[in-house]
Amino acid sequence: MKQKTLFDKIWDSHVVHDIENGPQALYIDRHFIHEVTSPQAFAGLRSRGIGVFRPEQTVATADHNVPTINQHLPIKDALSRHQVETLTKNCEEFGIELYGLGHPYQGIVHVIGPELGITRPGMTIVCGDSHTSTHGAFGNIAFGIGTSEVEQVLATQCILQKKPKSMKIEVNGPLKNGVLSKDIVLYIISKLTTSGCTGHFVEFCGSTIESLSMEARMTICNMSIEMGARGGMIAPDETTFAYIKGREFAPEGEEWERQLAYWQTLKTDEGAEFDTSYAFDAEDIEPMITYGTNPGMGVGVTRPVPAVNGKEDAMLTKSLAYMGLEGGKNLLGHKIDYVFIGSCTNSRIEDLRMVADLVRGKKKADHVHALIIPGSRQVEAQAREEGLDKILGEAGFELRQPGCSACLGMNEDKVPKGKYCVSTSNRNFEGRQGPGARTMLASPLTAAAAALTGEITDVRTMLN
Amino acid sequence: MEKFKTLTSTCVPMPFQDVDTDQIIPARFLKATTREGFGDNLFCDWRFDENGEPKSDFVLNDPTYQGQVLVAGRNFGCGSSREHAAWAISDYGFRVVVSSFFADIFKNNALNNGLLPVQVSEEFLQQLFDAIGKDPETEVTVNLEEEEISIPSAGVSESFEINAYKKYCLQNGYDDIDFLISKKDEIESFEKERTI
Repeated sequence: MKQKTLFDKIWDSHVVHDIENGPQALYIDRHFIHEVTSPQAFAGLRSRGIGVFRPEQTVATADHNVPTINQHLPIKDALSRHQVETLTKNCEEFGIELYGLGHPYQGIVHVIGPELGITRPGMTIVCGDSHTSTHGAFGNIAFGIGTSEVEQVLATQCILQKKPKSMKIEVNGPLKNGVLSKDIVLYIISKLTTSGCTGHFVEFCGSTIESLSMEARMTICNMSIEMGARGGMIAPDETTFAYIKGREFAPEGEEWERQLAYWQTLKTDEGAEFDTSYAFDAEDIEPMITYGTNPGMGVGVTRPVPAVNGKEDAMLTKSLAYMGLEGGKNLLGHKIDYVFIGSCTNSRIEDLRMVADLVRGKKKADHVHALIIPGSRQVEAQAREEGLDKILGEAGFELRQPGCSACLGMNEDKVPKGKYCVSTSNRNFEGRQGPGARTMLASPLTAAAAALTGEITDVRTMLN
Repeated sequence: MEKFKTLTSTCVPMPFQDVDTDQIIPARFLKATTREGFGDNLFCDWRFDENGEPKSDFVLNDPTYQGQVLVAGRNFGCGSSREHAAWAISDYGFRVVVSSFFADIFKNNALNNGLLPVQVSEEFLQQLFDAIGKDPETEVTVNLEEEEISIPSAGVSESFEINAYKKYCLQNGYDDIDFLISKKDEIESFEKERTI
């Protein structure tokens, strides 16, 4: 029998129908929805006069467009309020479980799925959000879809997709002190560019990846979309199983044993071929920072921004002009105004713990606004239980309520025009954090270090 | 969905690479619960200044360039999965986007809305930019049946790929949901037969 990749195994076992010279109908195990990309899909169902085919396989939450303070009060912005209320109404009408504002399970959709044990190995998972790739950290096929596709899944629990090509990205060796999984993924994107993996589904592997916690693995899979990949995945192992066991919706007893036996088979066969392969050494990776207007425009924090070489660098020139930076110069010491720690990339308890450890007993620079937005109500509750809120508060960081917040600036959490924000989120596109905002992507440690000094800092100089 | 057969039109050139969906339609405009009206904010932050006044140096504000074909640099539509990007481009009046490379999710979203993404070679794309640069009245013809795009005035053409199923949907105005609903029995059998 032909050796198969992990991706092939899961994909092939979910194909319901093959269209000749066309896409395949892929069965979807879990579907997550949120307020921004679902209303038009429900409207579509209504106009066709049909219901949701398998409502128990869809879970909803409100995250993109919610305030991060006073969530118990009605949302002030009328359009946002209407959108969130529309989600509530749609979930009631179509019988879908909703973890809305005020619910103890509410949070960023890609944080709550894993933490509730809904996200598991071997599944197919979709959501109308490109960072659905996050869930792939558990050894499943998870990818972002558009609203028409959300409607397909609601209507039929299937989606029509062309099977992507396969790619292997291997990272080996021990990580240097102060280097986090965010740095690994920013490093890979800086090498492969934002379109380097388009048309592919990536499996991340190698000793460095295997050594990572589930939170750290999620950060890597989360940003696989920023390389252009359809999604990213990591083969499940003991770390994965230990994370899932005991969570709210995790299987129990005999069902746990049955599923676990299946999960343990989920790995790429020895000798299976990938369409494309890359390998990186962890020792080459240092804390990363982006200087430009896409996530591929990143450098090691001690290295200079690339110099502009003539006319062919039109995109670099445009990006640097937007960012107010000069090619060839080092970013260390560059003054910053905001620090945003949050988003589906880096807002989990492990991220908050690392930040709290670094800032304990210190104070942020006076001119810096430092926002911490936990990924979920559960993350927030745990942070408070562990006393992280006090440590962060004493250091001048504001711990707010969960949501996507300043990652995409849909709510009122925005970075003003021309201001620099070191952000643990996933995109530094023009205007992403607010019109004219200048985003520099980094790890939670690098972001926290910048908040303390008020400038781009090599966090390694602050570690023991 | 509107049917697509053949289109001949002048073009709007946007020779930037990596145009992401946050530029096509910034997140703050995603609060609507219907599909209509997104064209008003297409490329909003490139198109208007902070007072809402049109920026004269942006191509959509330049009356020299008109038409139903948007021509853009490689890796068009990267970033967020928001289908609002495809809705905004369609709502503005474009029927075709030409680029040398499209991001995956954008391409699917466009096809699901009758907006045809035409992927061409870098050489053809450059020829097209050059032709429009010389003469803004340059027309292209996009023939879906023949899977061909041509610049009649320059006498050049190139074939483009589209899978047979999607082509059929576009030509007939069908969508994927109609197809999937017709396969309900197969879906139910799949659910019954699977063991895990």
